[in-house]
Amino acid sequence: MTRIDLSTPLSHEVLMLRAGDHVTLSGTVYTARDEAHLRMREEGIPFDPHGAAIYHCGPVIHEGRIIAAGPTTSARMNALSGFLLEQGVRALIGKGGMSRQVADQMKGRAVYLAFTGGCAALAASRMTLRRVFFEDLGMAEAVYEIDLDHLPLVVGIDAAGNDLFEGVNRNAQARFKKRFSLSREAVP
Amino acid sequence: MIPSPDDALCAALTRATCRALEQAEIFLPPDVVRALEAARDRETSGIARGEIENILSNIRMAESLRVPICQDTGVPVIYLTLPPGIPFSGRLYDAVAEGVRLATRTIPLRPNVVDPLTRKNTGDNTGPGMPAVHVRHGERFTVTALPKGAGAENMSRVAMMLPTDTGSVARFVAETMLIAGGKPCPPVVLGVGIGGTFDGAAAAAKEALLDPIDTMTEYERGLLDAVNDLCIGPMGLGGKTTALAVRVKGAGCHTASLPVAVNVQCWACRRATVEVEW
Repeated sequence: MTRIDLSTPLSHEVLMLRAGDHVTLSGTVYTARDEAHLRMREEGIPFDPHGAAIYHCGPVIHEGRIIAAGPTTSARMNALSGFLLEQGVRALIGKGGMSRQVADQMKGRAVYLAFTGGCAALAASRMTLRRVFFEDLGMAEAVYEIDLDHLPLVVGIDAAGNDLFEGVNRNAQARFKKRFSLSREAVP
Repeated sequence: MIPSPDDALCAALTRATCRALEQAEIFLPPDVVRALEAARDRETSGIARGEIENILSNIRMAESLRVPICQDTGVPVIYLTLPPGIPFSGRLYDAVAEGVRLATRTIPLRPNVVDPLTRKNTGDNTGPGMPAVHVRHGERFTVTALPKGAGAENMSRVAMMLPTDTGSVARFVAETMLIAGGKPCPPVVLGVGIGGTFDGAAAAAKEALLDPIDTMTEYERGLLDAVNDLCIGPMGLGGKTTALAVRVKGAGCHTASLPVAVNVQCWACRRATVEVEW
């Protein structure tokens, strides 16, 4: 399996990625969940968004160290991500995929990178905590600046709008219909 | 007069609760690890295999670093088994809650428990009705921890189905995963409660998650086949393994009812049982 090694700040290289590519990411990422997105949209982004990568994650932090930091469900940020992409963010990282609207907003500028859900220890072993913004939001919702060392990711949505999750969901719908439209009729 | 649980017993229960949570949060049960390894070997797509490889290396990493498997350390669901001679009283609940607080500080766990409406975090994973404690009689004095994360719990469903529609249980179970897609971190384990009452079906579905996943009945295999036929795959990226197992718990129900509940559990099917020593 070939992996493409990426590092931040990200630039036009993300446009060459295709949905399904395996990549690793090194450099700086910023964690952000629901509350952090709302705060950044209202008060501004506390870091340079150009070429930045956002990680949908609410980590466990203990005495200044990252204990566990797997991805959270990205779909909750569907309606909250447009302003980040407009201001130069090049990658959104999380689990479960995002909406068609976000895929369209990413066209020609950014990608969605899927990290395996629940892999909190694996993630933490590749991370060093740098600093924190919005600490008053609480441990899970604050924005952490983190140094990454080769986090293994899959391109879930590429900058041309190809979406792995969408394809899988369409297929699942079709297979469900095929299997159960018949069984339904068999039930009196 | 029946004696109330003494301080030594309560302290032992607090320690055992903390140990059960620690065990559950850091070490995945061997039957679950074996099921994941088998799933990896079965997958043919590079993406699906890669996702399960990440999961398996995460499990090893958590073990060697002695840290929680997942950052969503869940809400504490606790099952107590009381043998004859252990007096049942409210102090047992307090001792379990103290064990949860201890675990939250020492493992450490992410404080996840909030007020449902104000969303204010209690900071120690306890609150009204939290931990959820289920008490039953048994041979030994044990405490079982089932930390439940939100990603999978949020995709769970209950239906009051038509009593004539027993053939549609598989449809409801598969539909639950169709709606869930990659969100509950597949490959999942599904606990299915069939019968009882509206609430009883949901409780049975959760209890089914305590059962080992290396044995399944023919009925459970049929449900598993219906789910895996969706090809949602690990993390919703496509593949053969959408679920590792389906376990069912049944109960008698009203002749005019058919309650069915599906409790979705992510691949981190965390559970651990510890004997209370005192």
